[in-house]
Amino acid sequence: MLSMSTNNLSYSDQGGTDSAVEVGQETTPTSSNAGAGFGLFSVDFKKNEDLKEMLESNKESLKLEAMKRVVGLIAKGKNASELFPAVVKNVASKNIELKKLVYVYLVRYAEEQQDLALLSISTFQRALKDPNQLIRASALRVLSSIRVPIIVPIMMLAIKEAASDMSPYVRKTSAHAIQKLYSLDQDQKELLIEVIEKLLKDKSTLVAGSVVMAFEEVCPDRIDLIHKNYRKLCNLLVDVEEWGQVVIISMLTRYARTQFTSPWKEDGVFDEHNERAFYESDEEKTRDETEAKPYMMDPDHRLLLRNTKPLLQSRNTAVVMSVAQLYWHLAPKNEVSIVTKSLVRLLRSHREVQYIVLQNIATMSIQRKGMFEPYMKSFYVRSTDATHIKSLKLEILTSLANEANISTILREFQTYVKSQDKQFAAGTIQAIGRCATNISEVTDTCLNGLVLLLSNRDETVVAESVVVIRKLLQIQPTQHSDIIKHMAKLFDNITVPMARASILWLMGEYCERVPKIAPDVLRKMAKSFTSEEDIVKLQTVNLAAKLYLTNSKQTKLLTQYILNLGKYDQNYDIRDRTRFIRQLIVPNDKNGALSKYAHRILLAPKPAPVLESAYKDRDRYQLGTLSHTINTKASGYLELSDWPAVAPDQSVRNVEVIEPVKEWAPSLGKTVKSKPAKSSDDKFYSDSGEEEEKGSGSSSSEDGSSSSSSEESGSDAESHVQKNSSQTSEESDKSSSQSEKSSSESDSEKKERKTKTPLQKKTVKPTAKDCDSDENGNVAKEANSSSAEESSSDSESDSDTHTDSDSGTEHKKKTKSKAKPKVEVKSTKDVSLLDLGDFTPAPVTQHKSSVLSPSLLGDLEGLSLSNVSSTIQLSGPAFVPEKSHDLLHRMTGKGLSAQYQFPRQPCLYQPTMVSVQISLTNTTDHPLEQIHIGDRSPTGLNIHCFNTIECLEPEASVTVFMGIDFNDSTQAANFQLCTKEDHFSVSIQPAIGELLLPITMTELDFRKEQGKLLGMNESSATITMAAENMTSQPISRPVATVANLGMVPSSQDNVHRFAGKTANSGAVVLVTVELRGESTALITINTEKSVMGSMLLRDLKLALAQA
Amino acid sequence: MINSLFLINPSGEIFLEKHWKSVVSRSVCDYFLEAKEKALEPEDVPPVIHTPHHYLISIYRDKLFFLSVIQTEVPPLFVIEFLHRVAEMIQDYFGECSETVVKDHMVMVYELLEEMLDNGFPLATESNVLKEMIRPPTILRSVVNTLTGTSNVGDTLLTGQLSTIPWRRAGVRYTNNEAYFDVVEEIDAILDQSGTTVFAEIQGVVEACVKLSGMPDLTLSFMNPRLLDDVSFHPCVRYKLWESERVLSFIPPDGNFTLMTYHVNAQNLVAIPVYVKQSISFFECGSDGRLDVTVGPKQTMGKTVEGVMVTVHLPKTILSINLTATQGSYTYDNGTKLLVWDIGKLNPQKLPNLRGSLSLQAGAPKPEENPSLNIDLKIQQLAISGLKVNRLDMFGEKYKPFKGVKYITKAGKFQVRT
Repeated sequence: MLSMSTNNLSYSDQGGTDSAVEVGQETTPTSSNAGAGFGLFSVDFKKNEDLKEMLESNKESLKLEAMKRVVGLIAKGKNASELFPAVVKNVASKNIELKKLVYVYLVRYAEEQQDLALLSISTFQRALKDPNQLIRASALRVLSSIRVPIIVPIMMLAIKEAASDMSPYVRKTSAHAIQKLYSLDQDQKELLIEVIEKLLKDKSTLVAGSVVMAFEEVCPDRIDLIHKNYRKLCNLLVDVEEWGQVVIISMLTRYARTQFTSPWKEDGVFDEHNERAFYESDEEKTRDETEAKPYMMDPDHRLLLRNTKPLLQSRNTAVVMSVAQLYWHLAPKNEVSIVTKSLVRLLRSHREVQYIVLQNIATMSIQRKGMFEPYMKSFYVRSTDATHIKSLKLEILTSLANEANISTILREFQTYVKSQDKQFAAGTIQAIGRCATNISEVTDTCLNGLVLLLSNRDETVVAESVVVIRKLLQIQPTQHSDIIKHMAKLFDNITVPMARASILWLMGEYCERVPKIAPDVLRKMAKSFTSEEDIVKLQTVNLAAKLYLTNSKQTKLLTQYILNLGKYDQNYDIRDRTRFIRQLIVPNDKNGALSKYAHRILLAPKPAPVLESAYKDRDRYQLGTLSHTINTKASGYLELSDWPAVAPDQSVRNVEVIEPVKEWAPSLGKTVKSKPAKSSDDKFYSDSGEEEEKGSGSSSSEDGSSSSSSEESGSDAESHVQKNSSQTSEESDKSSSQSEKSSSESDSEKKERKTKTPLQKKTVKPTAKDCDSDENGNVAKEANSSSAEESSSDSESDSDTHTDSDSGTEHKKKTKSKAKPKVEVKSTKDVSLLDLGDFTPAPVTQHKSSVLSPSLLGDLEGLSLSNVSSTIQLSGPAFVPEKSHDLLHRMTGKGLSAQYQFPRQPCLYQPTMVSVQISLTNTTDHPLEQIHIGDRSPTGLNIHCFNTIECLEPEASVTVFMGIDFNDSTQAANFQLCTKEDHFSVSIQPAIGELLLPITMTELDFRKEQGKLLGMNESSATITMAAENMTSQPISRPVATVANLGMVPSSQDNVHRFAGKTANSGAVVLVTVELRGESTALITINTEKSVMGSMLLRDLKLALAQA
Repeated sequence: MINSLFLINPSGEIFLEKHWKSVVSRSVCDYFLEAKEKALEPEDVPPVIHTPHHYLISIYRDKLFFLSVIQTEVPPLFVIEFLHRVAEMIQDYFGECSETVVKDHMVMVYELLEEMLDNGFPLATESNVLKEMIRPPTILRSVVNTLTGTSNVGDTLLTGQLSTIPWRRAGVRYTNNEAYFDVVEEIDAILDQSGTTVFAEIQGVVEACVKLSGMPDLTLSFMNPRLLDDVSFHPCVRYKLWESERVLSFIPPDGNFTLMTYHVNAQNLVAIPVYVKQSISFFECGSDGRLDVTVGPKQTMGKTVEGVMVTVHLPKTILSINLTATQGSYTYDNGTKLLVWDIGKLNPQKLPNLRGSLSLQAGAPKPEENPSLNIDLKIQQLAISGLKVNRLDMFGEKYKPFKGVKYITKAGKFQVRT
């Protein structure tokens, strides 16, 4: 032992980390042979005895030494399992390195020594409670890696606990543990799914990848778990570690294929057909429905595409590939090509990467030549490429060939044909053949080239050429008899059986074109028949038969001779064939019936072979997958579903945004608008908020239940609606007829409804549900209540659930419109890696205060419009600028940084206030406490503060909302932002456009209002603007960016109208942009607030001229 | 995901195995070894092999096969990328990636593999994080370890994995704060017999060696970022800022790393720094041939071309060669038929020339195709695309770092067809 330890020292001097095994071998006499061959049992045994002693000693260094040797044995794949008892005793060691090695050993052998492994469990259980997150994590990691079924309950418990651990790292480990437990015991699935569901809600980028991995492994079909987390995952994606990105992207690809409609159909013919079927049941079908509806991409679909795009620049090839496949499978056709460059870049990477990427490009290039054509030269073959890389490049070059580039490609092929790698040369010849068939212009050139190759010295090249020529001639048999003649001449020199067989077949097939030569070839074959290969013999028999039929005079004897030879051939295939042919062509009494058809049987026109790529139907597999590579379904491959014809309810992805509520004016009842909005189709989208706000009118009455029901998954809600609605309609004919009537009243909105969620499409008859979501608040209410009344006698609960689910979906829809702008804002933030810590968690968590608020918001919106006039309605913001302004820089704020932006939502607290969204971030390394708003100036300033934030963790950030009454002036609001220790003076200076709220009105009303605001109240200016901004879309964009205005439909193409009202006084602000001539435009602003008018005019001038 | 990893040497011996899930018998490698036997060159072994129960994904690198065993569907690139990271990790830790190195550091490699994957899913692949957990061996440390009895396993609690910037370890301290950037450009080209460019492009990479204390926030800008057509970044680079302002803004990892790789706009014509005059001919009669190669500078922007090397894979039928070089020396391996001519610096006044006779095996036919020449070269202080670093700014730390930029142009896959 003493010598052992001294040697130890010397070992450490040398290298320090040299594997202990080796040194040990040199020092102990027994192991010197062991170095040569571990296989000898006796040696192994003795060695292990020695190790056992060392492990049981009380010297740390000896134990460590021994463990190193043990792990060395494991690494080499030697069995060290009999040391288990000695090793497991050290599991509680204080020495971290020793402990780690013991862990390694445990994980490796616990499965084999289950009983002994249990000894260590208590150590891990204790470690799971350790205050240090890393120790907790590693304990869980090892515990879950021990594949002993008996500890499943313990693991389950540990996973559950770890899933709600404070530390994201421990939560990540628990996500990994889920998969391990699942593979150990599949019965735990349900419980594990619960944990996955919980972890999916996690907002840490550390957890996201791992939990999605667990999801994919355990319950890939539970797509409903993703809905609520979809947007979050999209937004987190950039900051997730690269391996997690791959997993998340592939999951989201599958998700998107089930949730969104295809972006590939321009006109959506199929969808439209479906809709029509639905509306046909409705008697009063409006004609304009039949018009093709333009495809509108779901904003969530767009979100995914947008957020994955930067990942194309990842250094990780797997990430790039997964984004590429996502674009391939999900993006509109015209956007797919952005991935090209990145894929071509991957070709610079390692050989194996090239192989996979080239395979995928091969599949892609068959469908979309244009994508890779500009990069054709990147696929040129180098002599140093590996064989499989060469053939893939050939494949791609062939697919890319077209009339324009074929000459370049053929020239390139010419050099390849001469390659020393004959297999590759043969591949090139096949490629030439494919080019020749695909591009008819070059068929002749290719054929001639191939004929030249027939005199090549290399057999494989010649053979391949003959085969390809045969195929080509078969496609164009009319000409080229001289080529056949040429081949006949070369026949003697060709030795490759396949080539000989091909020539013989050609002779037979086109024997009528070469009547003189064919019998001569047959004659030669008769001579050498016995020494030919089987395949050649078969074709000789074939040729003989065909010649006999066409030219029996010359060849009768020859044929008989050959048939006789064939009859006694050693190969039974040839004997069979000979017998068959003889019966077929030589007429006799018995089988006269068949020989009549001999000509037609043997010389039937044969369909030309199709020369096509081996990658033609590879696209049935998702690109980038293992299954795609091996071209068979790998186990665990998840099929990519087809696009749904009708998109499932998109509201299921809405995350409830719950606003803090402080003041709440009691509801005064809603102003019911009997007049339907006359908005055009595209307007519907831009102003979706408007309509949803009214939908909530009826639903708000059932608020209590709404929050819970909105938790339901989309499919659940749907089935509820369907079931219940049909039930109610059965039960109460009266109510349904009533509702039908009401629905017909609102027929004018049918068109709009068509574009709404498919929820409505699914209900076969327009029942209460339908009207509920109608524009007509009162009708909906009526129908609703009446149906409820009717059914209450029979089944109260039924009608209850009905209304529940109804209102639930309403809510979801509404919250969606609220959530949307936020999501967008967030996304831009996240994409930048600039402040990783700055990530704003979705506001959901911050405000636990109220479940009422979404509907409340709707109420308030309803309220505020009653102030204006019945014809002018408040609408949702047409556009929410994502620009945020610095409120407090982290340097001045001693680590607290704040940014504000205008979410352009009506303020919850008071309608006269402008709502401001503030993101607070703690960039220090200690938590900041009690963040609140202190003194304000001017003192009269009416601010609605946010709730005091008790504690903001380091690197954490929160988003809060506050309301400020700017009193319709751009004077800055100054106030103090306070933490426990400090006060920081900050100020918010609003742009004039932010003081407005968008309203919508008819053109008629617009003119009427405009008429009231002339003279002093009108300010106008003529500006020059760039030509590309002359269409309506680019104009509404800059206007909406500058000011929070709503679009007003306009009957003139060149006049655009926008309307809004000031937040405080509710004064109407009307903006007209009239395009005149080539590049001039007249901006007119009508408002009684003339100061605001002129300021707004200045801003608009700037924006439009600039744009 | 990844079940097991086997390291196999070129002769087919499995010298390390690591399992992250249940143990897979090493007999699974037989399928691979079979495929390896079939392939002429180790490079020709298919990277993905389908066996009845498993899928084998392998890479060949540094004369070693890294073979991973997969049981279920997984993106193959995911595995391939990971295997390359393993190879890079070994390289990073021990200076080279070879069989001896792995055998010498078996335990440490095994521990590293243990940390890199959990249940087959990558856990820590950033070298900064790994080095915090398991310290790379140095002579000094081994002495200290012996004296104090401490070990190479980090006993401090690592923070890298927990922070939002996993690539940088916390608490970095240097007395000399320095940041070096190497702009390395490679010319990939195919020239045909007459010397015309069939295909040429420039690929570049910015390698960085940053040894700065604390948490520096760097911004690197180029004089002419428009040249860059396609880029890929280390995860530390803020993509948004690149998109909007074309600057590289990042908090760097500690030590050496690849900051970005780029591809130069294809519209720009690529300057080819050398020309090659060659004639390789075989006489129709007799078993003889001649080889005559001259290399000269072409567009070098006034710089000297160094490290020129010409590699030729001669046809298999060559029996022996007899050449003389006017500059440098040549080596020829008759087993692999590989001719390497190491020229060194190009002197425009006196062009290096290699000429002589080739003799073929008796009776062998004249080779169909002449072998192509692979050229290697290096030009110091020049980025052939003309890319220039404008400035490097540092924020977030007070000290003044020492900064340096170096440009190198190399030949990538530079091939002359004959």
